[in-house]
Amino acid sequence: MPFIKVRDDLCKGCKLCITFCPKQVIRMSDRLNPKGYYVAELFDKEGCTGCGICARMCPDVAISVYREDKKEVPA
Amino acid sequence: MKVVYERPESLLDVPFTYCPGCTHGIIHRMVADTLDDLGIRERTIGVSPVGCSVFAYEFFNCDMVAAAHGRAPAVATGIKRVHPDKIVFTYQGDGDLAAIGTAEIIHAAARGENITVIFANNVIYGMTGGQMAPTTLIGQKTDTTPYGRSVEANGHPIRVCELLSSLDGVAYLERVSTHDPKHVLKAQKAIKKAFQYQVDGKGFTLIELLSTCPSNWGMNPLDSLKWLEESMLPYYKPGVYKDIG
Amino acid sequence: MSNKVLMKGNEAIGEAAITAGCRHFFGYPITPQSELPAYLSKHMPKVGGVFLQAESEVAAINMVYGAAAAGARVLTSSSSPGISLKQEGISYLASSELPAVICNVMRAGPGLGTIQPAQADYFQAVKGGGHGDYHNIVLAPESVQEIIDHVRLGFDLSDKYLNPAMILLDGALGQMMEPVDFGDYKPELQEKPWAATGCKGRKMNAITSIHIDPRDMEAHNIKLQEKYSKIRESEQKCEEWMLEDAEIMVVAYGLCARICKSAIRVCREKGIKVGLFRLISLWPFPEKKLDKAIDKVKEVFVVELSAGQMIEDVKLVDNGRKPITFHGRMGGMTPSVEDISDRIELIHDRITQKVG
Ligand SMILES: Cc1ncc(C[n+]2csc(CCOP(=O)(O)OP(=O)(O)O)c2C)c(N)n1
Ligand code: SF4
Repeated sequence: MPFIKVRDDLCKGCKLCITFCPKQVIRMSDRLNPKGYYVAELFDKEGCTGCGICARMCPDVAISVYREDKKEVPA
Repeated sequence: MKVVYERPESLLDVPFTYCPGCTHGIIHRMVADTLDDLGIRERTIGVSPVGCSVFAYEFFNCDMVAAAHGRAPAVATGIKRVHPDKIVFTYQGDGDLAAIGTAEIIHAAARGENITVIFANNVIYGMTGGQMAPTTLIGQKTDTTPYGRSVEANGHPIRVCELLSSLDGVAYLERVSTHDPKHVLKAQKAIKKAFQYQVDGKGFTLIELLSTCPSNWGMNPLDSLKWLEESMLPYYKPGVYKDIG
Repeated sequence: MSNKVLMKGNEAIGEAAITAGCRHFFGYPITPQSELPAYLSKHMPKVGGVFLQAESEVAAINMVYGAAAAGARVLTSSSSPGISLKQEGISYLASSELPAVICNVMRAGPGLGTIQPAQADYFQAVKGGGHGDYHNIVLAPESVQEIIDHVRLGFDLSDKYLNPAMILLDGALGQMMEPVDFGDYKPELQEKPWAATGCKGRKMNAITSIHIDPRDMEAHNIKLQEKYSKIRESEQKCEEWMLEDAEIMVVAYGLCARICKSAIRVCREKGIKVGLFRLISLWPFPEKKLDKAIDKVKEVFVVELSAGQMIEDVKLVDNGRKPITFHGRMGGMTPSVEDISDRIELIHDRITQKVG
């Protein structure tokens, strides 16, 4: 199953990933990072297709995308 | 399971200093992805401006030179004339490029300097707290146009791609947007093409990226993207303004 | 082997730069330095170098900034109003610790002024010029031969201390034709591991002048000041001419010092014990030798092509020990030899009590 990892130290909680996720599987967590931002998290691991749109739209380059196949994230 | 998309090598592992949701970060990533994809990181020299991206030299993992306000194209010219075989890019905001640095950008373009300009147009002065930029839209309220920009007082906003498109030294000019994934993908392609042109020695390339400034527009990141689409796109039409092919 | 050629001062700047290993020139046209860009536009391409006429002095100095950051020996030149425009860039060079040579073929100001010789940019050159606590290394040649030496020295010192160096002369010297000898000097080009050259095989280099945390900015300033102390300690340059037995010491620099030399010769023939203290480095100010020289004379006579700028530094060194008189012409006017010798005679008469 594809999934994403959000780096808590980089996320500023801007919610762009949440907005643009075609599967709507990302949400705000209740974790605060040291800078005082609530960070985003993947809540539905089954739903993530590893399309990478969230990562591309993340202004803080906080998201890594994991997938089995090598097919590239649209670049 | 493998990681198929992660932080590019061309970005250092430090957090950006940009406000939450500011699209400067999206643009940085696209530039870094391009340096990775083309395998040119180790022979690239970037020039950072004065503006919110003043710290770009702390973010990109390639040699970086910080220029004075507006002078990045002149600094890049100096670098490129010393190292014609290296890849040189500037990263500039709209105040930096289209107000104080107007002469430098026009003449670098006219000379056909073989450099790539990444131009983030957020129609405002971000770093200094939201004053009117040369690109500020008619009617747009800023710190120094509290009643909205008026033609009588402030004249018309400058469209950089249109302005530069008449210059023979220009190889490639495209305006793209960052307001949704589809446009970001297009932007990524344009940036890559611009750097490829430089690698091929084709001449001056500039990509104008319509960008947001949630903090000084007084909007949340999402509303900013919507405002960009609804208010900026009609005046700043995306498209290729020059391409020598 | 001596190999003399006749050359104009402005052209000598260009040839000296080429022999110093400089292959990049960026400038914007302005009188009275025009022979220099003309010379370099002809000769740079012959040695594989770059001559680029910029869109303004502002652009030129920032091209210099880029080329210096990229590790090159780089030259720019202008005249007073153009040098004013370059000041922000020079401040950036100083703060980013980038080497470059800047020639100011001074004209008379303020404003657009006139193209005749003046030394009214002394303050601008030696006190900083742009914003912030910094100094240029400033050299003031008095002859075309010395222009060559100073341009080479300027590049060497600039590289050694990673600091901008300025050559300060005037249009008369720039236009003057004199026999010169380029000798067989070989520049000592240094490794510049800090330069922006592409980061292959090493960590990325960043060249910047911003230090947003005031503690960092102060630390950076302290580092610069320590460097300036070192330069002050090691690089003061001057010429002491006929000072051995002198009672009157003329202090001057550049072309003005040459006029003073002629005047001193005239006075010496009349038996007046007068000599010249000629500043070669304006910054660092040659205070060590001047300090000693002041002790030995009865009066100091400062001559400048300005309302009196360098005299302030002389006064600081003198510190009230000996009387100082001043003669200055402005606006492009130069004193004649007689002007100066008459004044020296007056001083002489006064200190030997011939006049009450
Ligand atoms: C010579 C000079 N003038 C003015 C400034 C102040 N200043 C810093 S950033 C800036 C505007 C930057 O706006 P823009 O280029 O649009 O970039 P943004 O911050 O919006 O990304 C100004 C006016 C300066 N640093 N230097
Ligand atoms: S002030 Fe505006 S442009 Fe600057 S980082 Fe914040 S949102 Fe971005």
